[in-house]
Amino acid sequence: MGTYLLQIFNGISVSSILILAALGLAITFGLMKIINMAHGEFIMIGAYVTYLMQNQFLHLPKSLFGLYFILAIPASFIVSGLVGFVLERTVIRHLYNRPLDSLLATWGVSLVLQQLARNIFGAPNVDVKSPAWLDGGLVLSQGLQLPYKRLFIIVLVIVCLLSMFLLLYKSKTGRRIRAVMQNREMAESMGINTRRVDAYTFAIGSGFAGIAGCALTLLGSIGSTLGTNYIVDTFMVVVLGGVGTLVGTAAGGLLIGTANTTLEFLTNASLGKVLVFILIITLLQWRPNGLFNISSRSLDD
Amino acid sequence: MKKILATQLKKRLTGVISLTLVAGLLLTGCGAAQTSQPAATTSSGNTSGNTIKVGILHSLSGTMAISEVSVKDAEMMAIDEINAAGGVLGKKIEPVVEDGASDWPTFAEKAKKLLQQDKVATVFGCWTSASRKAVLPVFEENNGLLWYPVQYEGMESSPNIFYTGAAPNQQIVPAVEWLFKNKGKKFFLLGSDYVFPRTANKIIKAQLKDLGGEVVDEEYTPLGFTDYSTIINKIKATKPDVVFNTLNGDSNVAFFKQLKDAGITSKDLTTLSVSVAEEEVRGIGAANMAGQLVSWNYYQTTDTPENKEFVKKYQAKYGADRVTDDPIEAGYDAVYLWAAAVKKAGSTDVDKVRQAAKGIEFQAPEGQVKIEGENQHLWKTVRIGEVAADGSIKEIWSTGKAVKPDPYLKSYPWAKGLSN
Repeated sequence: MGTYLLQIFNGISVSSILILAALGLAITFGLMKIINMAHGEFIMIGAYVTYLMQNQFLHLPKSLFGLYFILAIPASFIVSGLVGFVLERTVIRHLYNRPLDSLLATWGVSLVLQQLARNIFGAPNVDVKSPAWLDGGLVLSQGLQLPYKRLFIIVLVIVCLLSMFLLLYKSKTGRRIRAVMQNREMAESMGINTRRVDAYTFAIGSGFAGIAGCALTLLGSIGSTLGTNYIVDTFMVVVLGGVGTLVGTAAGGLLIGTANTTLEFLTNASLGKVLVFILIITLLQWRPNGLFNISSRSLDD
Repeated sequence: MKKILATQLKKRLTGVISLTLVAGLLLTGCGAAQTSQPAATTSSGNTSGNTIKVGILHSLSGTMAISEVSVKDAEMMAIDEINAAGGVLGKKIEPVVEDGASDWPTFAEKAKKLLQQDKVATVFGCWTSASRKAVLPVFEENNGLLWYPVQYEGMESSPNIFYTGAAPNQQIVPAVEWLFKNKGKKFFLLGSDYVFPRTANKIIKAQLKDLGGEVVDEEYTPLGFTDYSTIINKIKATKPDVVFNTLNGDSNVAFFKQLKDAGITSKDLTTLSVSVAEEEVRGIGAANMAGQLVSWNYYQTTDTPENKEFVKKYQAKYGADRVTDDPIEAGYDAVYLWAAAVKKAGSTDVDKVRQAAKGIEFQAPEGQVKIEGENQHLWKTVRIGEVAADGSIKEIWSTGKAVKPDPYLKSYPWAKGLSN
């Protein structure tokens, strides 16, 4: 019984990790239509920022060490966001409406960023010690323990989803973003500075990838290739959910995450992954635009 | 008009892409320049006629760079030491460093370049079995010589390769035997989904059948797999005595971090890993792996005078925060063994060196090693170690003397039929 309960929790947990990793992409790919192959590297930047933040706190009194993680979350958002801003200004700006070119260019950028990380931090993985308050887990019964780290990530995802929803749908900035993404010419003629909107939208998307990187330090490796482990999964989440919708990303993540863990449990990891791919392809046959899709003028062409 | 616009845009785009590419090249160039500094200092002042060129072929970029860069560093250090002591045959060794980029066709291409264009006397390189299998035909066609520094799955013995890492009977087989005697009969086999773990597990299953043990489950995950919650749940459900871990690369970090979070420590469950050494323990975090077991031929803590010297020199050269481990040491040994063979042969000719190498002994940091002429593997001491809280590995058992390499496990009756 405990095994099955734990498996349900695992499904939710894996989903939350997928959603978190895909949130930034939901903006850069989902809204802006940039096939952003460098998305994984923004996750990597977030992870390294967390590592640097931890190193700073090693010099401070021990009692403060647990705080580093709280500070690392906004810090990774800001740093990844800034790198995203620079990338948009220098490269992406020239590539709107040219998906194939943006694919190639961002892939190049991803290789550059990976090598840069290797030159700065060295090739081997680095270790981020998780704060003591996230060690251990919630013990429900004998042998049934829900790790605090995974619970924390679930809460973090909910907070991120909510704040992104408020930003996009309830704020002035969000209205501008949606206006530009849905009909650029019209927004321009209404007096919106679309170039500026593009830049900060991309920066926000990259920033959310940074937060994902920060959270992922709790669970996995921190190295220059961290992002490449997630890039395929995140694209699948956004495509399956429906390009351009936040609800879609959440639903896509939840579906892929639970399908992944369930099929892996019933078969094995490699076969499970194959079955998930088949499931996604079948679903996309049935709904080519993803589970949730919005109709807008920009999507018609 | 539209056409003009398009060509303009195209021009701009080519500009952007070539800029990115140039930036990438610059960056990798910087990396190479930094890492190959020692080479430049040693070869300066020597005319090319007075040097012996050797190739170094490791992944300096891509996913395997994590492991291979340190091995390259150790090989460069050995070359510098030999040069400082006068070189071989009165000539200095000049390393030619190539990046295999974690991509197997690139390995083959770079191997061809080293052998045909640079005409190197020998090559030190590779890590994954996949990269070794990719370069093997190149070395055989061109009659080159490769020194391969990593433990592997066995079932191979090419006349063009010297294997300085462990054969299965020098790592896996003794570890299984030890676990069976000391930890229990029920094994859970966990590995990455490629040739080494699958072959290793085939060997383990045959051995356990012979010993009377039981395999409760066998799981493989793709390379780069990041979420082990389901696997850990399966481990909980099947209640094994031992998890025999052949995971490779980043997956180990995810597995051990998540195992600890699930409330399972070394007190509840024994795991033994064959691809986790000191370097990997650092990335996993010592706290996440404390008390878990590994099997190798060498640890940084191995107590020999040669090793104290080796660790001191390595850290003086590359930084006090660096660690040494088994493949690093095996890479270092390879250079010395080759140099000894060249001295004995009086030539760098591949056939002569191969003949001369038979039976050559070297007082390595891990203790004495000897080249077995029959299969070009090394006699090595087997050691089982336990990860300590500070990330070092403590030896808890060893064979006490060097074990004869047996890549095809011919001396084990239960292994009949495995080698084909």
